[in-house]
Amino acid sequence: MKFTLPWLREHLATDADATAIAHTLTMIGLEVEAVADPAERLAPFTVAYVEACEPHPNADRLKLCTVRTRHGTFRVVCGAPNARAGIYGIFAPEGAVIPATGQVLKRAVIRGVESCGMLCSAHELGVGEDHSGIIELEGPWEIGTPAAVALGLEGPVFDVAVTPNRADCFGVQGIARDLGAAGLGTFRPREIHDVPSVGRPGPAIHRAFPAGEEEVACPVFVGRIIRGVRNRPSPAWLQRRLRAVGLRPISALVDITNYVMFDLCRPLHVFDAAKIRGDLVLRYARRGERLVALDGRTYELEDGDIVICDDTGPISLAGIMGGESTGVTEETTDVLLEVAIFDPVRIARTGRRLGLESDARTRFERGLDPAMVMPGCEYATRLILELCGGEPGPAVVAGRVPQERRAFDFRTSQLPRLGGISLEPAEIERILRALGFELAGGPEVYRITVPSWRRDVEGEACIVEELTRIHGFDRIPPVPVTRVEAVSPVRLTPAQRLRADARRAAAAQGLLEAVTWSFIPAEHAQRFGAPQPVRLRNPISAELDALRPSLLPGLLQAAARNLARKHERGALFELGPRFLEGRPGAQRTTLAGLRFGDFAPRHWSEPKRPVDALDAKSDLYAILRDLGVRTEALSVRREAPAWYHPGRSAVVALGQRVLAAFGEIHPLILERFEIEVPVCAFEFDLEDLPQPKARKGRTRPPLEPLPYPPAERDFAFLVDQSVAAGELLEVVRRAGGRLVREVRLFDVYAGKGVPAGKKSLAVAVRLQAPDRTLTEAEIERVATHIVEEAARRLGAVLRGAS
Amino acid sequence: MSEARRQVEELRERFLAAVQAAADSESLERVRVEALGRRGRVTELAKGVGRLPPEQRREVGQAVNALKRELEAAIRARREVLAREALERRLREERLDVTLPPRERPEGRLHPVSHVLDEIVAIFADMGFAVAEGPDVEDDFHNFTALNIPPAHPARQMQDTFFLETTDAQGEPYLLRTHTSPVQIRTMEAGRPPFRIIAPGRVYRRDYDMTHTPMFHQVEGLLIDRRTHMGHLKGCLVDFVRAFFERDDIPVRFRPSYFPFTEPSAEMDVGCRRSQGQLVVGAGDDWLEVLGCGMVHPKVLEMVGLDPDVWQGFAFGLGVDRFAMLKYGIPDLRTFFEADLRWLRHYGFLPLDVPTTFAGLSR
Repeated sequence: MKFTLPWLREHLATDADATAIAHTLTMIGLEVEAVADPAERLAPFTVAYVEACEPHPNADRLKLCTVRTRHGTFRVVCGAPNARAGIYGIFAPEGAVIPATGQVLKRAVIRGVESCGMLCSAHELGVGEDHSGIIELEGPWEIGTPAAVALGLEGPVFDVAVTPNRADCFGVQGIARDLGAAGLGTFRPREIHDVPSVGRPGPAIHRAFPAGEEEVACPVFVGRIIRGVRNRPSPAWLQRRLRAVGLRPISALVDITNYVMFDLCRPLHVFDAAKIRGDLVLRYARRGERLVALDGRTYELEDGDIVICDDTGPISLAGIMGGESTGVTEETTDVLLEVAIFDPVRIARTGRRLGLESDARTRFERGLDPAMVMPGCEYATRLILELCGGEPGPAVVAGRVPQERRAFDFRTSQLPRLGGISLEPAEIERILRALGFELAGGPEVYRITVPSWRRDVEGEACIVEELTRIHGFDRIPPVPVTRVEAVSPVRLTPAQRLRADARRAAAAQGLLEAVTWSFIPAEHAQRFGAPQPVRLRNPISAELDALRPSLLPGLLQAAARNLARKHERGALFELGPRFLEGRPGAQRTTLAGLRFGDFAPRHWSEPKRPVDALDAKSDLYAILRDLGVRTEALSVRREAPAWYHPGRSAVVALGQRVLAAFGEIHPLILERFEIEVPVCAFEFDLEDLPQPKARKGRTRPPLEPLPYPPAERDFAFLVDQSVAAGELLEVVRRAGGRLVREVRLFDVYAGKGVPAGKKSLAVAVRLQAPDRTLTEAEIERVATHIVEEAARRLGAVLRGAS
Repeated sequence: MSEARRQVEELRERFLAAVQAAADSESLERVRVEALGRRGRVTELAKGVGRLPPEQRREVGQAVNALKRELEAAIRARREVLAREALERRLREERLDVTLPPRERPEGRLHPVSHVLDEIVAIFADMGFAVAEGPDVEDDFHNFTALNIPPAHPARQMQDTFFLETTDAQGEPYLLRTHTSPVQIRTMEAGRPPFRIIAPGRVYRRDYDMTHTPMFHQVEGLLIDRRTHMGHLKGCLVDFVRAFFERDDIPVRFRPSYFPFTEPSAEMDVGCRRSQGQLVVGAGDDWLEVLGCGMVHPKVLEMVGLDPDVWQGFAFGLGVDRFAMLKYGIPDLRTFFEADLRWLRHYGFLPLDVPTTFAGLSR
């Protein structure tokens, strides 16, 4: 909502300057987004006179103007077709900032001729759209007159972000009322007198809505005919004012409707009465009907849009925009003025569907003051008579102006209870009355009647808001919120703690935490475990049209983006929701990570190698271990989901329960994501981890004393390539029995010295007894059993022992 | 002097000289074997003592033993010297290029949103708030209706909502929550007052431009008891922003605003200034809106079965990403979701950066 200071002063007697007004507005809830003073921005620009104009010696389209300015006479190179001797224009001196471009004007040599300053177009000054030529002022003007004065700009201009509840503040009068209540001046509502009518009324008006709906759809519709008007351009003051708030002056009749709309928050419409065929009928549109609106576009109507019709069908889209066929023109002599109330819900719905924004819609859909219908009609009529002449007929009223006013009791104790302040009854009464509330009773309980323009005020809490905002939120003393306990107790639930730990555990493995969208392309969702993806009805793009069933597509896309930026390797993880179904609660908290490209950057200390499934396994195991999972109890099964490489992936289970998956990403998936380096990944849901047992204490079991020396034996087994290392380690562990402290695979080798189809697995076994030093014989017995078992179960033979 | 004694003397001179002359541990060992080995000269001499005439036995025996001890001591001493010399030689020779870059260690980072969220949790936990959670997929009731946003309310236009193809029992489409406020409702539905919670999470709006992303993060706050008023609201949030930005002198102001689920409603601004194109929070000539808040609307309390004449309190909602941008000077919201490795390393936090109110939120 924009308005100017002089306009405001018509409703508010105040000496306050723009800064004070802007500050007060913001502090009472009418946030000022900008105060623009066109005079300030245009300060360097002044009226100048073109004394002479001759062709540029080196350019056909350019001219050399001799310009008399406040700063002296200069030669200006100008390309405007209308530049000529004897005109008054607006001169920009060297050093001025051109509003349209923000650039500083510099002295320049143009095609060999020095140019000093510039003659400006309306576009360059930001005061109009015209950039076909320079501004021509109707002379004569005194040289050096400020541009703002010569152009008749009104300012300063306030731009207020009106919150949706304050429908009344889409008019200058409403804003002035709030400022008056806040003590910034004296509110002066516009005095509106009835205009006596002459002659016959205009067309009859019928409301034709389904039974019982007309009081909602259109409780009142006033049509007043004014005959014999002369529609012409508005006077300068009105044009200036409309331009200042961003409206384009069109003709006096149209400008008056806009003016009253901005002044009193009372949108109006004017029909050319001569173009109306028959009576006016208000009804719901029927699907298939069309309307060419004043913006020249054709709108397809739907059942339930409110329209104003004549015998030809819809001629206006109620509360949003009038129709072209009955619009007023310079030739209009009989005008029908419309003042009405329509159902805000329907106006909003129609406007939204048609994508049709208008100042009228903004006001209608927030709810208008019914008590302003008749005064709005009278005020507009008077302006029309003043500016266009004519004779007003009697108003035709369909329906009636709703009179209902909300009333409730307000206990003043609610102010300290909710607002944290107390006010004297006199101050409470002053504030509320200034805002238009009627009060009875008091001082403990007031009967409050809400003004007709404040449909947002519903109860005591609203009155607390009115009192606190006008008194000033700044004047509410802050009170610290203290906790009850001396020592802060644990606030996180175990699941919340687990999440925080999981993030840190993943980062500790060298993974960088990413945050990617919860939505992904449906096609990706299908490939990552959701054959029927949960789709959005209104995605922001086709790339983001389904809820993610896995975090990996997002991370793969991130990897692909990084590769495209020449980050040739990397490691990422994300912890966040994945979605099983499209309903509340059908989501899991998942940790997923991936590495792509080489494991490490090239470095003197390590040979370069691409990542593989075991890097993902290492990340996974380290994270699970940090989260309290006994990783030595995990088993590995080759059952990983389809997006993994079938031979280089697995799931990890604790007993029968699958916890996680890891592996290299399937080459076809990589191709889809246009990734040309290997990628390994892991993923698990935090909900699947074994829940930590509730424990009373934090004591740990005592450390088992092992005072007797350990013995270490190494075994190099030759096994078939198909034998899994994990199986061998398990066999060794079992065969070793209770004396085994540790089994460690320290070498895997195939190649020279090892028969084809075989591989060598070297295992170190550490044996130790808690109560004695092991004898050679004992150690030998265990070692022999290990070798026998490995041979019996896996066909392993000791290398070099054949 | 007997022949035997002379012999002892001779061996003594010879071997002491040989010990001193030994240039390395191998030659020293050869000397030791020649003198004291099983067939060494001194050993042989000792074996011969028994064959000497009785009157010489004792004297020569003592002399041979003394020689043995002397030689052993000399060898030990020489061995130490040689070892020391060898070590010095080794240390002179063993040189590593210490300018080689160190072996790489993992360098993981937490996303700034995670860290800032932990900071926010730390502050509010200290003020007695627990952490509550709710689903990303919501129904119309929890996201709108229960928050006093009826179907035609203009506030539904303020938040452009993503709807799912799935529908609830009433046939209303499920949606992605547009704010974390539904967690207020779920918390109050499930528990009994008083309530003191914050609810962090992802939220979704159909908006994607220079300053908006279709997904971002919010923290909702809710305090309901029998006495909390706007003074507490102000106190709580002023304490919060000053703790969060780690500056006691941040100017703060509250402006009346509008949210359907609070009455009165306010927006909180912090002081700021622009310095070299960056927005700096603190004393300055400008204000920056950072969060919305207000007293919980009586209709919202009624909707969850609480008597607004008994229970009262405040709620607030803030944008985590925005707070991260402001505190750490991150210029572009969209970059939060790009997972650019350089960005994550630059703006991310180490896993050991655990924010606490007692040790500090950040370093």
